[in-house]
Amino acid sequence: MKRLIMTTAVALILASCGNKQQATTETNTGLKGEIKIDGSSTVYPISEAVAEDFGKANTGVKVTVGESGTGGGFKKFGRNETDISDASRPVKASEDSACKAANIDYIELPIAYDGLAIVVNKENTWLTKITVAELKKMWEPAAQGKIKKWNQVNPKWPNEEIHLFGPGTASGTFDYFTEAVNGKSKDSRGDYTASEDDNVLVQGIGGDKLGLGYFGLAYFEANKDKLKLIPVDNEKKEDGDGAITPSAETVQNGTYQPLSRPLFIYVNKKATERAEVKSFVEYYVANAGKLAKEVGYVALPDAAYDLVKKRFAAGTTGSAFAGKNTVGVKMEDLLKDETAPVETAAADKK
Amino acid sequence: MNNEEEKTLKNNAFKVWAVFATSIGLVMLGILLVKIGMDGMHRLSLQFFTSLPSRRAEDAGIFTAWVGTLWIMGTTALIAIPIGIGAGIYLEEYSKKGWWSNFLEINISNLAGVPSIIYGLLGLEVFVRLLHMGESILAGSFTLALLILPIVIVSTRESIKAVPKTLREASYALGASKWQTISMQVLPAASGGVMTGIILALSRAIGETAPLIVVGALTYVPFTPKSVFDSFTVLPIQIFNWVSRPQAEFLVNAAAGIIVLVVITIVMNGSAVLLRNRWQKNVKW
Repeated sequence: MKRLIMTTAVALILASCGNKQQATTETNTGLKGEIKIDGSSTVYPISEAVAEDFGKANTGVKVTVGESGTGGGFKKFGRNETDISDASRPVKASEDSACKAANIDYIELPIAYDGLAIVVNKENTWLTKITVAELKKMWEPAAQGKIKKWNQVNPKWPNEEIHLFGPGTASGTFDYFTEAVNGKSKDSRGDYTASEDDNVLVQGIGGDKLGLGYFGLAYFEANKDKLKLIPVDNEKKEDGDGAITPSAETVQNGTYQPLSRPLFIYVNKKATERAEVKSFVEYYVANAGKLAKEVGYVALPDAAYDLVKKRFAAGTTGSAFAGKNTVGVKMEDLLKDETAPVETAAADKK
Repeated sequence: MNNEEEKTLKNNAFKVWAVFATSIGLVMLGILLVKIGMDGMHRLSLQFFTSLPSRRAEDAGIFTAWVGTLWIMGTTALIAIPIGIGAGIYLEEYSKKGWWSNFLEINISNLAGVPSIIYGLLGLEVFVRLLHMGESILAGSFTLALLILPIVIVSTRESIKAVPKTLREASYALGASKWQTISMQVLPAASGGVMTGIILALSRAIGETAPLIVVGALTYVPFTPKSVFDSFTVLPIQIFNWVSRPQAEFLVNAAAGIIVLVVITIVMNGSAVLLRNRWQKNVKW
């Protein structure tokens, strides 16, 4: 019997070998090699799209993309296991020091924006806009077990139960929302319906008249018929007066604040010495805007892409975003202010 | 109510309960299959099987995913079956009964209940890093093999236990050695149960996603593996990715992917059941 199973297994393996389609010898550009990308599942669709198009033009280059999460991606990046790390938040100090310890210099490149949408059920008639202060009152840790009705947040709202929906704690979206609204990353009440799968949240709010939740703007765009998008007011005049409805335009021009976040790729500097990696990243930056829109995200302003391109060409290492409050900051300002951190600049000269 | 009526009533009530219990599983499976079939059937085409993942749902396919799944399942079976059956034979036929064998038995049963993500973490540390297998098919297969070993071992033991003692004694009486007795009498007689265990084990492995993600299975892999040392993706990971995408068209792809996964599982189980039945017919005692 063992022999039978063995032969079946071997036959299966041989059969799958015979199915190879990729003619790896054929190259259009002469570039060859392997590029390994891993990290955020939010950024994954953009990297997948870039890899898809780049792979068509450069059949000799094998680009693989994983989605082990922003944190998981940085762990591999810091062990020299990947060339590029996808991230839906800036690198953390601990991740940065892991890279330093392993002698890895990285180039940080913002590639798109993602807007977080505040949504309620279609039948919700009372909510037409919401302020960040009201959001905080609903979501802060102190609200746990206390804020249970809509009128506890705002007396004008009905005396009915409020049902909250949001992403789970492992999600980068959760990190960003809690930082933007509650002031500290991961600070949140815990008594809400949590799911790592945003489509579950869509179903939940779509079927609950008293529901409210937050997730990526792309998930609202795909489910407009079930949900109602709520404009957000951060009560700061410089970011646009009154409540702002998230859209490609308001996310890009920085008026939809504080709930639009930048998405990044981190490139291993040493890997860019390989022609295929350099050419891939250049292709990535040049096409990120178009492809980001195609998969449901928001492109950066053209001026920002120019700065990103220059940053890569100059090989500027270190992070312009780490440790800074990226909530409500305009990307161009951060990139312009940028001067390479001293230690990494010294490391470059070696 | 007299005694006779009460007996009939109890009898019928129990029968209703048994039918109800059986139908729960079948009805659930039926609902799932019909729903998935309605969502994904029209998406199945040659293009779907021969294309790479894509940002455009209608261009996307599962080529590298199903090939990866076959590689992983084949390699996992090659690793888990000989080790699992070997361990089962040792525990049942060779090891002395005592506190040590009890201890082993309890631990193996416990292993079957460990969450699969823990096996993933173990695999990452031991196979990927310590043994330098890298994020390869080999590392993934060893991890899945560990995951399913308890099932193979326990079912091997149980079916060996069920082989009548007289069979062994007859074999010894004819002058057969221990190894001859095990390989020519006990194992063939136990093969039905052993096969069932392997089927259950591999069916569990084929749907696993979490441990494979941890040991480094990727999502976008634009080439098929050439050896067990290559990086890979598998069907459940591709399905998981599509389910979590915002655009509804990807959900259709996911449904079609699930159909393929279900069909692969049914074919695998079906052929194993056939093999088992054929084998059992040849066993006479």
